[in-house]
Amino acid sequence: MLLADEVATHHPVLSDNPYQPHMARIVRIYKMVENNHLFTLRFLEDRLAHSFRHLPGQFIMLSVPGVGEMPISISSSPSRPEVLELCVRRVGRVTNALYRLKTNDVVGVRGPYGNGYPMQEIMGNDILLAAGGLGMAPLRSLLWYALDHRDRFNNITLMYGAKRPEDMLFREELTALVDRTDINCLLTVDADPGGTWKNHVGLLPTLFDHAKIDPLHSYAAVCGPPVVYKFILQRLLDLGFPKNHILMSLERRMKCGVGKCGHCSIGYKYTCLQGPIFTYWDAINLPEMI
Amino acid sequence: MKILKLPKEKLDLFASVVQQFGELHAPVEQDGKFVFRRLTRWSDARLEYDRTLLPPKKYFLPPRETMFRYRPGEGFLPNTEGLDQRLILFGVHACDVYALNILDRVFAGKFPDPYYQARRKNIGIIGIDCTPDKHCFCRSMRADFVDHGFDLFFYDTGDYYQVLVGTALGDDMVLATGSVFEPEEAADIDDYKRRSWNKRRSFQLDVEIRDLPEIFEMEYQSEIWDDLGGRCLSCGSCSMVCPTCYCYDVVDDVELGSRGGNRTRAWDSCLFANHALVASGENFRGPRASRIKFRFYHKQRGFVAEYGRPSCVGCGRCITACPVSIDVVQVIDRLRRVQDVASR
Repeated sequence: MLLADEVATHHPVLSDNPYQPHMARIVRIYKMVENNHLFTLRFLEDRLAHSFRHLPGQFIMLSVPGVGEMPISISSSPSRPEVLELCVRRVGRVTNALYRLKTNDVVGVRGPYGNGYPMQEIMGNDILLAAGGLGMAPLRSLLWYALDHRDRFNNITLMYGAKRPEDMLFREELTALVDRTDINCLLTVDADPGGTWKNHVGLLPTLFDHAKIDPLHSYAAVCGPPVVYKFILQRLLDLGFPKNHILMSLERRMKCGVGKCGHCSIGYKYTCLQGPIFTYWDAINLPEMI
Repeated sequence: MKILKLPKEKLDLFASVVQQFGELHAPVEQDGKFVFRRLTRWSDARLEYDRTLLPPKKYFLPPRETMFRYRPGEGFLPNTEGLDQRLILFGVHACDVYALNILDRVFAGKFPDPYYQARRKNIGIIGIDCTPDKHCFCRSMRADFVDHGFDLFFYDTGDYYQVLVGTALGDDMVLATGSVFEPEEAADIDDYKRRSWNKRRSFQLDVEIRDLPEIFEMEYQSEIWDDLGGRCLSCGSCSMVCPTCYCYDVVDDVELGSRGGNRTRAWDSCLFANHALVASGENFRGPRASRIKFRFYHKQRGFVAEYGRPSCVGCGRCITACPVSIDVVQVIDRLRRVQDVASR
């Protein structure tokens, strides 16, 4: 017979609970853009900080104690472990509470969840990353993963558009990529009222004029507001991209992240299990996809 | 499977013995309806009942359940209260056992739900046979018989209950009761078959579920959904009473006068307006018609793709609960008729 304490430590709710948040410290809050801050987290437990591994495109469930839990995509690359970087827009109840926290405050993290980008499939091909606005958040993980494992990929192209220069997420590090010769980094803004922007001005699809694309040997990762999907997807199809080579990262309401609570279901799939990365082919074959 | 028989007059004895295996719960009458509840007296149990207001899922996925307590400095502490309590549910119908078998698959998988799993392990189930009424269509949904998911299952064959022994726990209940259980004889098998035959003929509803995925696939744009959306009140009653609806919401609250609090989950419904609403204001299933369509698709079509069968077990509860008389059987019939017309 087990002692009461032993029973307790063997209880699956205590020892193997997929809903268990692990406490993490806010290491840094970087105000990239008004209401789009980059939060850097590190697990309080060293063991977790060392062992946490994710794929580009996966997400975590982030808890603000006493307020709630929400899905947030991971913006840092698995090639740069030990900390997690999350680009969070201040938009709802829980994100507002997160914005009230300060460096060294503690939050809860569990995950990683979701399928992530199909890296095995992508490797050996060209990658085209196309993002608008907040869409850069999940793509940034893939971008740095590809740059840090540069030999595993052919040509890498990034097309990123924001409204104005000051709205561009990760502006400093992305503009630093423009000079690199191992990536075609194309940055554009819709308008540049200040006249200080040294890159492209114009809508995101105009960047296609500056990109060299071989659609049959490429994977395109697209993320952004609906307007980005509307214009970019059509352009990719016109170029001759196979629909299963176009990868989209979808957003849904989630309460569990592990395929139980039902909120993120699209047709017959759970965004948290079979997604959040879906091919365009999945998207047009599942009802209510975009 | 081990099959025994129990003389009816020995049922009281069996019930008294079974209590040593856990707190006894059974259907009792409440305002002319039935509910599963803890028995204070065995005589309160109503084993011949049509259907309980809420299905037994309330024991495994409680309407409200505290998952964690949050304490500053300590983090989220899992709540184990009540998870290890041993209960015996006496008198569960086959459709409801089938529904639990479906929930078992949802709450297993890559990320097993430890709260559900603990309760499923600690709650014994004694099934009982039933007589279909005008809302029952479990036979159409292939859920009128279960071969697992219970510890014992009782079939009324006149003077005896024939008893299917499903698990070692069920066997222990039998052994603890002593020699009142008798071995099955050939004539008893004939009684069982006759009973089954009579039951099958007494169904008043028959829904053809063959081709259901195909029909749903073709009728995605059907005007039927707009019509249903116009009638549905989004009250969520159908989800609450459904034995296989498992959607839940999670809410954090802070205890007054403290910085600690609780993380609680509570039943939710895909018919509620905010079910697919995200923080940016985008609602992926805004119109009521798209929400009720989603409920039908997830149950009757999505589950077929995911688990090989619809998640509906034909218990009839949603039909009796809907305030505007939306009837799943009629909806499927209507979709099928559209198909039949199209095929001519």
